[in-house]
This record gives sequence, C-alpha cells and structure tokens, in this order.
Amino acid sequence: MSGAKARSSYVRPLDLKQGRVEMAHGAGGRAMAQLIEELFARYLGNEYLAQGDDGALLPAIGSGQLVMATDCHVVSPLFFPGGDIGCLSVHGTINDVAMMGAQPLWLAAGFILEEGLLLADLARIVQSMAAASTAAGVPIVTGDTKVVERGKGDGVFITTTGVGVVAPGMALSGNQARAGDAILVSGTLGDHGMAIMAERESLGFNAPIVSDTAALHGLIAAMRASGAEIHVLRDPTRGGLAATLNEIARQSKVGMMLHEKALPIRPAVNAACEFLGLDPLYVANEGKLLAICAAGDADRLLAAMRAHPLGSAAAIVGTVHDDDHHFVQMTTSFGGKRIVDWLGGEQLPRIC
Amino acid sequence: MKYIDEFRDGTVARGIAGAIAGEARTDRRYHFMEFCGGHTHAISRYGISDLLPSNVQMIHGPGCPVCVLPIGRVDQAIGLALEQGVMLCTYGDCLRVPASAGLSLLKAKARGGDIRMVYSSADAVALAQRHPDKQVVFFAIGFETTTPPTAVAIKQAAALGLTNFSVLCCHVLTPPAIVSILESPEVRRWGSVQIDGFIGPAHVSTIIGSRPYECFAEEYRKPVVIAGFEPLDVMQAVRMLIRQVNDGRAEVENEFTRAVDRNGNLKAQQLVAEVFEMREHFEWRGLGVLPHSALRIRSQFAEFDAEARFALTYQAVPDHRACLCGAILRGVKRPPDCSLFGTVCTPENAMGSCMVSSEGACAAHYAYGRYKDINGGESR
Repeated sequence: MSGAKARSSYVRPLDLKQGRVEMAHGAGGRAMAQLIEELFARYLGNEYLAQGDDGALLPAIGSGQLVMATDCHVVSPLFFPGGDIGCLSVHGTINDVAMMGAQPLWLAAGFILEEGLLLADLARIVQSMAAASTAAGVPIVTGDTKVVERGKGDGVFITTTGVGVVAPGMALSGNQARAGDAILVSGTLGDHGMAIMAERESLGFNAPIVSDTAALHGLIAAMRASGAEIHVLRDPTRGGLAATLNEIARQSKVGMMLHEKALPIRPAVNAACEFLGLDPLYVANEGKLLAICAAGDADRLLAAMRAHPLGSAAAIVGTVHDDDHHFVQMTTSFGGKRIVDWLGGEQLPRIC
Repeated sequence: MKYIDEFRDGTVARGIAGAIAGEARTDRRYHFMEFCGGHTHAISRYGISDLLPSNVQMIHGPGCPVCVLPIGRVDQAIGLALEQGVMLCTYGDCLRVPASAGLSLLKAKARGGDIRMVYSSADAVALAQRHPDKQVVFFAIGFETTTPPTAVAIKQAAALGLTNFSVLCCHVLTPPAIVSILESPEVRRWGSVQIDGFIGPAHVSTIIGSRPYECFAEEYRKPVVIAGFEPLDVMQAVRMLIRQVNDGRAEVENEFTRAVDRNGNLKAQQLVAEVFEMREHFEWRGLGVLPHSALRIRSQFAEFDAEARFALTYQAVPDHRACLCGAILRGVKRPPDCSLFGTVCTPENAMGSCMVSSEGACAAHYAYGRYKDINGGESR
C-alpha cells in the first residue's frame, strides 16, 4: 500500500492568524483541549497550571492571613493605548489583593469568549496576561473557558481571582482613616478612563492619552519599607478618586478636604475631559493608588512613593477631619469650596 | 490648558472679589439670576459664591435644557423606543431624566429599548446611514445653542435622501423663558421677584446675539450682562451688574465679547429659520405652558418630523404637588425651602425639574452647597 499514512494523533494546529473562536472551543471536546494547550498553557504555563487538574494544588503558606479578591473585566475596546483587557485583568486583581496589605501570590482566570472572536486577538490578550503576570511575579495557576453565541458577549470577558498573604498585623481596611491624616495619590489621575474614552470617541489627540494600567504591589512594598504609618490604601478605579474617597469617608466615618491645586492631572486628560464635558475626579484609574497615613509620616511616605517608578508623580492632595456628615470637600484652585459628591450613576456628558 | 486656564486663575479671581467687595454697597442686598445651567455649573464647580460678599446672592435660573424638559416629552421618546422599536438617539444628560411610571431613557434601555447616547446630531444621522433597516429618531432638546446643529442634521438627512431619520423636536427659546420669570401668575402668587439683574447666556448668545435682551432690559428695567461660562467671566459679570444697579442703569452689557456680538451668528439664525417655525405654546417643566417659547419643524421638512411620522400626541404629566420647582426657577424660593428637597427628592430620585440635572438649582445646591446649610447657612 502506498500513500501518506494517517497520523493517528495528528491535530491540525489552531489557525492563530485567520481562525475564530467557535462554539466547539467551549464544548469540552478535543477543540477545547486544543485551545487550552496551544493558547492558554503555551503562554501562561507554570508548574501549577501544568498539573492539568480541575484545580491547582498549592503549597501551604506560613502563619499569615489570606486575602482573596476577584474582579470581572469587561472593556470596550479590548485594545487601547497603554494596554488591553488581558494585562488589565491581571493588574486589577493583583491591585485589589495588594490594597488589603497582602503580597499577591496566585491568580485564577475565567474567560467568557464570544463566538467569532479572532483567535489572533485572543492570543494577543493571553500573551499580554502572560507578560503582566510574569512581570508581577504572580502566576496564573488555574482557569476556565466558556464560549457564548455571537451577540451574547462583547468579544471576551475575563474574571480573575487572586490570593495573597498578609503578614500578621499588616492588614489594611478602608475604615482606618483618622482625623488629621494626610491623603496622598501615587500619580496623575484619570489616565485610564480618558484613554478608553478618547479611543471610543475616536478623538485622535496628537499625543494620545495612555492608560496607566499597572500592578502596584511593588510600589506598596516600597511604601511599607519607608516605615510610614499607613492607615488606608485603595486603588481609585471605577468612579475615580471621588467615589473612592467617598467610600473611605463613609467606612471610616470622617470628612475629607482636598486641594484642587495639588491634584496631579495631565494637561491632555484635563483637555479631553473639558472637551467631553467630564470631571477627571470621577474618571477611572488602573495603575494608581491613594494612601491615607498619619500626618507626621506624609513627607516620608511621599518621598518613598516618588522614588518608585510607579509613584514618580505622587502628591499630598488633602487631609482627613472629623465630620458627622462624611462629606468629601475640595478647596478649588479658583479660591472657593465645593463638595465632591458621589455620582448618581455613570458620569454623563453635559450638553452645553 | 491654553486659553482656558487664563479664565480660571485664582489670583485674578481674588482681585475681582476684592473689587466686588469694594463696590457692593453694604446697605443693600443684590440678587442676580444666572439664567444658564452652564453658569450654575461654573458657580458650583469653582465655589464662586464663597468669593462673593454675603449680600450678593446668586439665584439659579431655568436655563438647564434637561431640567425644563417636561415629563410628557420624555414619555414620547420612551414610547418611540419601547413601543415603536425605533433607535432613539439623544444627548448624554438627557438619559437620566425621570419620566412617567418610574422610567427614564436609561431604564427604558435596560428594558430593551435601543437608546443611544450621541455627542452631536451628526452622529444620529450617521447612525441612520449605518442602520437603513431601523427608524432612527434624534430626540432634539436644548436652547438656541443646540438648535442650529439639529437644523443641519435635518438638511443633511434631506440631502442624503434618508427615509429612516426623523427628529423629535423639543427645542426651546431663551427670551420667552426670561419674560415668563418676570411676569407670570405664579410670581404674583409667590411674591415679587427678587431679581436685580441677569447674567445672560454665553453659548446661546453666540447664536442669537445680545440684541434680543435689549427689549426686556428696557421694559422690565433689569440689567443684563452676557457672560462666558468660565469662572472669571461670571465674577466679572457680577461686578458689572453691581455697577449697573449702583448707577441705576438697566442695560444689556457684554462681558463675553470674545465670542458674542450684537447680531449673533446670522448664518445659524438663517438655518434655524429655514427648518423651524414657532410653536404657539409649549409646556416647560417647572414653568408651565409658555406661549411662543419653542420651535417645531416646518411643514416642508415634515418627513423628518417624528411627531408627524409616528402620529404622536402630547400628554402633559404634572409634577408632585408639594414640588416648589416653579417658584425656585423664578427665584422666589430657594431649594431648602422645599419640603421635598433632600428627603424624597434627591439626584438619585428626582421628583422635580430642578433636581434632574447637575445644573438644576436643587441638584447644584444638593451636590455642592448643602454643607453650607449645615454649617450655619452662610450661603444666604
């Protein structure tokens, strides 16, 4: 008999150039196994993921308390200046764990893929997650994939869950702000939200606004090493600085006074906000944190933040005081005072 | 930002504040109404009232386009989206306006209505081009500023021969609203109007010019200073109004000369006249039915008139009985005077027009000024 012999175990590789996600990729069969092997395992691979079981078997951790956080990521567009949904989903959860005062150790990732998504885009996203996770030193140890019919998703949704360990007595919470404390931010505000918005509205600025997405646990380690007495850490993501400060004011039962002049905001972000009728205080950040610390330690903490690449534009922006109404107020650069209130819902542009 | 930060300079502001304090007579009070929501926004956002002497008080006027939009009109838009299956496009801050049955355009969207936020009327035309299988309706609201772009959209749709684009026209006019503040039955009922002068509209005046205000400055003896929307514009306008009051003058002055002249934008006015005509009357939320105060689409453009295309009828819906919006919009009452304010009526659950948008008098006071009520009411 002549002719090519059928290779019994041959599977045609995924077409990462032209191929698209199909329902079969979530059906539990060979196609799904292939997607996991040729895409997820290939880029994200580590000893825990390689176990290939339903869950990851992880080493026991010493005496510290565990912190666990989860974050769902839906963003349109999937790719934006400065990042994409992949690295965003890694940074977001690492930051949530880190803001609790913990050292992030492992991540789990769940993917909801929409039928028709380009495999090339998915590969780009997974590679971006891999790069972010490697850079942060926090491996993705387990995961799951589902596929939904075309029209029932927005390309890809990613949920990541993180586990970290916090040294005894080092846990942080939003209820620790005290009257007299100083409020610091680690850098310019509103970069992520305006990068997304400018991309969505095709604003085409000469110098594009770039998302600040970044993992902040390294910066936090540097801040802790300074010895400053940190009371609260939070990453001002959705709802921006305004929403985050209002949350903390309520949790800690205090009032706050910001100083508009001290707020670091890029001119391009300010201009884009002006153009779209938005307020940068309510715009999302993905690579910034705000810290509340004892007043006497503010300068030391600021110096430690500025010495770190992710905190070079850090600033002291306000103070905490007693206030039964838990108002967040601001002295404006114009010389007046105003309340920086919660938003009713999403920030919507003004007409006139 | 170049050419913007210059108008937000705190040092200059302190200088003008000093001049105002020096020129305002201590033996009298000054009540000035800023007509526009844009001015209200600037006053709140920059904390301008903190820089004014305690006897100079700003009254927030009705010039917030979504605040004066009556519930019945929003109901029409929601009906188009939910019952007629149209793609309804409108400006962002219109989406949250509360309508009947606990709905708003945002809530109607959650119920399956195809409702889109657009930044301009041109975006709505583009959507109609991209979705030839759908009827696209632009819910057109606003004062004279947003009217010319709607006219352009209708003419563009006509030129493109679009058969799936129409406009639900709710454009209103500024001068009749100011007149209604000065002479209405409610003013007699609630007391005399305590307004010593007006800060005239910024963007509206770039279109209509300063001339339309001349007749009522003269007839009602109220000074008007047209001012830009930047905080220094507002401060300077207050100073000019104080001077007019002190001199016993009632003139139209123009602080916003960098954008406004006496005649306005003639090309825009011509476009508007070509596409729109005066409605005999129109209901304003908070102000009631005002004669000759709004525009409708001329019959030669009837195919782009959503009211004609979908045979819409108008059903007026009254506000809550205890709501004081009418009096607040006319400067006769202040937001804290209303028994609903900050209790059942909040920005999250607006009962009356003034709470609807951040530029409304009540919402602005709720968001930016309520600490002053609590800390001893120094804003009065």
